[in-house]
Amino acid sequence: MARFLVRRLLNYVALCLIATFLAFGLASLTFNPLAAYAERTPPPPPAAIAAKRAELRLDDPIPARFVGWIGDVALGDFGTTTTGTPIGEQLFSRIGVSLRLFALGTVIGVVVGVLVGVTGAVRQYRFTDYASTVFSFVILSIPVFVLAQLLKFGGLQLNAAAGTTILYFQGEVTPSFRGSAGAELLDRLQHLVLPTLAIALQQIAYYSRYQRSAMLDVLGSDFLRTAQAKGLTRPRALFKHGLRTALIPMATLFAFGFGLLLTGGVFTERIFGWFGMGDWLVYGIQRQDTTIVATVTLFVAVLVLLSGWLSDVLYAALDPRIRIR
Amino acid sequence: MTASTDLGTGAGEQVIDQPRRGALVLRRLLGNRLAVVGLGVIVALFVLAYTAPLVYHWDYEELDYTAFLAAPSADHWFGTTQVGGDVFAQTMRGLQKSLVIGLLVGVISTAVAAVVGAAAGYFGGWVDRSLMWLVDLLLVLPSFLVIAIVSPTFRGQTWLVFVLLLALFAWMITARIVRGMTLTLREREFVKAARFMGVPPWKIIFRHIVPNMSSLLIIDATITVGTAILAETGLSFFGFGVQPPDVSLGSLIAAGVDSAQTFPWLFGFSAGFLILAVLSVNLVGDGLRDALDAGSVRSRRADRRARGSAT
Repeated sequence: MARFLVRRLLNYVALCLIATFLAFGLASLTFNPLAAYAERTPPPPPAAIAAKRAELRLDDPIPARFVGWIGDVALGDFGTTTTGTPIGEQLFSRIGVSLRLFALGTVIGVVVGVLVGVTGAVRQYRFTDYASTVFSFVILSIPVFVLAQLLKFGGLQLNAAAGTTILYFQGEVTPSFRGSAGAELLDRLQHLVLPTLAIALQQIAYYSRYQRSAMLDVLGSDFLRTAQAKGLTRPRALFKHGLRTALIPMATLFAFGFGLLLTGGVFTERIFGWFGMGDWLVYGIQRQDTTIVATVTLFVAVLVLLSGWLSDVLYAALDPRIRIR
Repeated sequence: MTASTDLGTGAGEQVIDQPRRGALVLRRLLGNRLAVVGLGVIVALFVLAYTAPLVYHWDYEELDYTAFLAAPSADHWFGTTQVGGDVFAQTMRGLQKSLVIGLLVGVISTAVAAVVGAAAGYFGGWVDRSLMWLVDLLLVLPSFLVIAIVSPTFRGQTWLVFVLLLALFAWMITARIVRGMTLTLREREFVKAARFMGVPPWKIIFRHIVPNMSSLLIIDATITVGTAILAETGLSFFGFGVQPPDVSLGSLIAAGVDSAQTFPWLFGFSAGFLILAVLSVNLVGDGLRDALDAGSVRSRRADRRARGSAT
């Protein structure tokens, strides 16, 4: 099993590097970071443009630029943006912001999604099943940027009904917030609810659909009947034998769902004004900044890598057949 | 199934089985009330988006300088924007763009998936390995990110470039499924017979292998239409998709989102049409999936998808 996991990890690292290189190359080919300079009035002297050109290494071949950059990254230096501020300054605060959002959204999404899916399968064609099916259909048909906006409306209604601000929808914490640690935590929670919901709702809808059909496949199986025949109570048999088997295909699905999460994260961060990695990506593209885009891609690739590897570990833990390999 | 009839060797089961199956799938689909409603809504949306602008008295680019931010009225059915643009005309134009982009992406990406997957499965060897490597690579790169990065290049270009880009990142999972099915089809008698008769490989792929997967391909194209509409509007929302002066539902929502609270018509109509379109496409896709096979297709897709992203 250890060899299986090490081999997978190596495979992921290679794919991760290639993906980052491709993003870096594409960005270098399409972006024109000097455009903003040339359009200034009065136009800057050619010498200044040439100096900037040299500083951004625009005359070097792209692979050489990439190797130089990734070498610096390996040493902990992520380079500078086109305006000259070091990437490292913002990187970790932004990663922190994104992870706070993603982690909570994913945990809620996966746990609730699996529970909803299992409930729907066990009580197939009852009211709860229909309700959860309709719910996931509608949620999966609403783009994140519309969903986030609808959540904002909901928050406004709630605030108006309560007569005080319960939920905030701009930023991560009230600017210039002063208070005790407990009060600050509460303030952060008030900011966290709506963006987390925007991320979690989609995942709940997505996972519950698959979990429901995976569980339905298991419910009709012989081993579940056998488990009950030998004297296990139904809930116990469902939990110990049914759910565990039904979770196996889900383990690999979690890695795939991560793509959904990242794209959702870009919209959520942008709309709720969280300065995370997704927000940075949009900013980087609008400013035509290769370094920012490459850094965000690397972050995304590492996250996909980790979640893919984690799902391999989960797979190995859930499915005894894998462990033998 | 003309492919197998004109060969006639060992494909007897195919000849009897397929037409009945097609009728069965159609009957099951028509029995699914939600899918029928979905289909009806899509057709209605298409008709509306393309005929309403012909009879409506405002153009989507026209500005009414006497009505800024006017509420919906008899003159401006969906109200007007900050600069006096007519929201109904714009919404119809956006709906046209979003629907046609979704449809094109669904068709193109499924065609690419069929060709690539069938070629990989049929030829095997290095063709298979290199194509599947490409699939893995494209699956690792989030498509949103890549299209957003290259979006400056198609600024000022026709929106068809955008369609091709969207299609470029939508075919991989289907290609994997097609490849798997080709591996089994390749060993079937009618394919072997064709091969021994000297039919060239490409002819075998297009006449014998792809037609045998038509139901899967139709389902997949439908599902891709839904995801393509979501991807297109998402990218257009950030200005990385359909470029002004043209509009899509995504760019309309982006324009109306900030004042949505005070001027709901700027946001509500385009968002509503978008949700309606995606929901009905999803209903049809789900109905087709159920009509073809109650459980196995869904689980197979889930399995392939998951495996695809884990490799």
